[in-house]
Amino acid sequence: MARSSSLLYLDGVSVSFDGFKALNELSLTIGPGEMRAIIGPNGAGKTTMMDVITGKTRPDSGEVFFNGTVDLTGEDEASIAELGIGRKFQKPTVFESHTVWDNLELALKAPRGPFATLFHVISGAEKKRIEYLLELIRLGGKRGELAANLSHGQKQWLEIGMLLAQDPKLLLVDEPAAGMTDAETAETAELLKDIANDHSVVVVEHDMVFVRSLGVKVTVLHEGSVLAEGSLDHVSANDRVVEVYLGR
Amino acid sequence: MMTSFLFRAMDTRAGIFLAIMAAVIILVPAGNLLAPEGSAFHVPNYAVTLMGKYLTYALLALAVDLVWGYCGILSLGHAAFFALGGYAMGMYLMRQIGTRGVYGDPNLPDFMVFLNWQELPWYWYGFDMFWFAALMVLLVPGFLAFVFGWFAFRSRVTGVYLSIITQALTYALLLAFFRNDMGFGGNNGLTDFKDILGFDIQADTTRAGLFAASGVALVLCFIVCRALTRSKLGKVLVAVRDAESRTRFLGYRVEHYKLFVWTLSAMMAGIAGALYVPQVGIINPGEFAPANSIEVVIWVAVGGRGTLVGAVLGAVLVNFAKTWFTGALPDIWLFALGGLFVFVTLFLPKGIVGTVSQGWTALRQRKVSAAYEEGSDEPPSAPPHSPGAPANVTHSKRAPGAAEPQPAE
Repeated sequence: MARSSSLLYLDGVSVSFDGFKALNELSLTIGPGEMRAIIGPNGAGKTTMMDVITGKTRPDSGEVFFNGTVDLTGEDEASIAELGIGRKFQKPTVFESHTVWDNLELALKAPRGPFATLFHVISGAEKKRIEYLLELIRLGGKRGELAANLSHGQKQWLEIGMLLAQDPKLLLVDEPAAGMTDAETAETAELLKDIANDHSVVVVEHDMVFVRSLGVKVTVLHEGSVLAEGSLDHVSANDRVVEVYLGR
Repeated sequence: MMTSFLFRAMDTRAGIFLAIMAAVIILVPAGNLLAPEGSAFHVPNYAVTLMGKYLTYALLALAVDLVWGYCGILSLGHAAFFALGGYAMGMYLMRQIGTRGVYGDPNLPDFMVFLNWQELPWYWYGFDMFWFAALMVLLVPGFLAFVFGWFAFRSRVTGVYLSIITQALTYALLLAFFRNDMGFGGNNGLTDFKDILGFDIQADTTRAGLFAASGVALVLCFIVCRALTRSKLGKVLVAVRDAESRTRFLGYRVEHYKLFVWTLSAMMAGIAGALYVPQVGIINPGEFAPANSIEVVIWVAVGGRGTLVGAVLGAVLVNFAKTWFTGALPDIWLFALGGLFVFVTLFLPKGIVGTVSQGWTALRQRKVSAAYEEGSDEPPSAPPHSPGAPANVTHSKRAPGAAEPQPAE
């Protein structure tokens, strides 16, 4: 896919830490409205890739473009988030001493400067949006609860809700089903599919059942570069992928 | 917009605090000036000055609580801003002495005559005017904090590293102000003040006025802090304290937020220092001593960080204890202070106010859920509000280490 028609475009991205190549000439393109699953064994570079896209880590070489025109390597985390890239961490990270409601309010798309927030008064539209999200992530009854008191799965959902509140163009979701029960995992897959209707989503996941239930194009990473790409059946038929996964 | 901003500051707890402060501000000067000596309601002169001093300390503690309790910036150098505000006021008071000094020089303070200086250094210009000095009380600490914060927060210095640098900052200022050629009276500092705004600084009425001014300053700063911490900005600050990098990924520029409260807090500390100096009658480099800043942190910890009221309470209680101990058992004070800090850390990690309000919240929640279970009540549907999101208050199940300062990235 050409850079100009892509939403996210990585070309030849390399990152090394103390000589260890976390990403090695990684190239990847995500189209507008696409949902993509990224799998790979431990140390394949999945989280580093997310770090590069969200501005936490600067690549040593290579290009990262958003919307075909914006060079992400020159931006910091806050401005990348403002551009419309939201990220959910592997370990659920919510603001524990805030209520569920406040967590969503903080994430809601609104001016981010100190003076804007100082005089901010919550509007009816914002309340409606929060209500809608509470319904969506099924935490309506827990709105007044401190986030610290939520279960692991609920925190994961709250974080997805916060991601949606930002109204990003692209969602990066790192292991959304980690630590969830089977029922929760299935619900999460449904939720993500819903979200994918009007957002681009990149999901990093270990759980093959989960990836299968998403039913989308899969990219396999290994040692910092792309090993295979295609439908799940296609990549699991690939000998190299089997070898990497089973360690033969 | 402004009214809704200030309206947010008010609730029961703030109301109780403000009522107590109003009573103190009126009754103490009244008891000093109106009640005849020997009456049970008479407040002796020394007590007015002493309590006035406590109020300025309380304001300093409030400033520390704003950055530490809400934004997680542990400042071990806030006394530097306090002392700078004090020096700005001291310079004004020095210029008011005029020809009444020992050497009778109309322009030069005594210590400059003593050092054989011929004319006033440029940075002393303007301090004969009160409005200028008052402006400098805000601007000098504010500017220093802004520059310091700009570099520190932009480089993402956090946690203990930042604390150590703030400590170095106040120590560097201590050494600088000790030098005679700095032009601030060196070792002896600034003292021998005569009057302030034309009033005799020793007079009872002036002292009562300074006491009331300290009280009013404390109340105003409290309202500002309260409105600020209950606004959305306050929620962002707590978010920064609890999960800094998450806040960044939400699109907030953490360094701007930190810089904003840090500078504001330094200005409040400056006001506290400016009110402190005329009441104690001296400002010298000793105020920059690192131990002073650490003591402020203890006051806040004792009262309960992230509660604002707790900072005020802690400052007054610990200083009252200090006054009593240094009078009755002077040798024991430092041990008592150290022991107090250990005790609070081990048994009251939320401080006095934090512990009380935690018990209160638990009680109320139990009531609510009991009522809910009986089906006699609708589930609470109003948009909830974090209970001021006091530091580490109200949750028993919080993940270990969640509130730990994050190591520098």
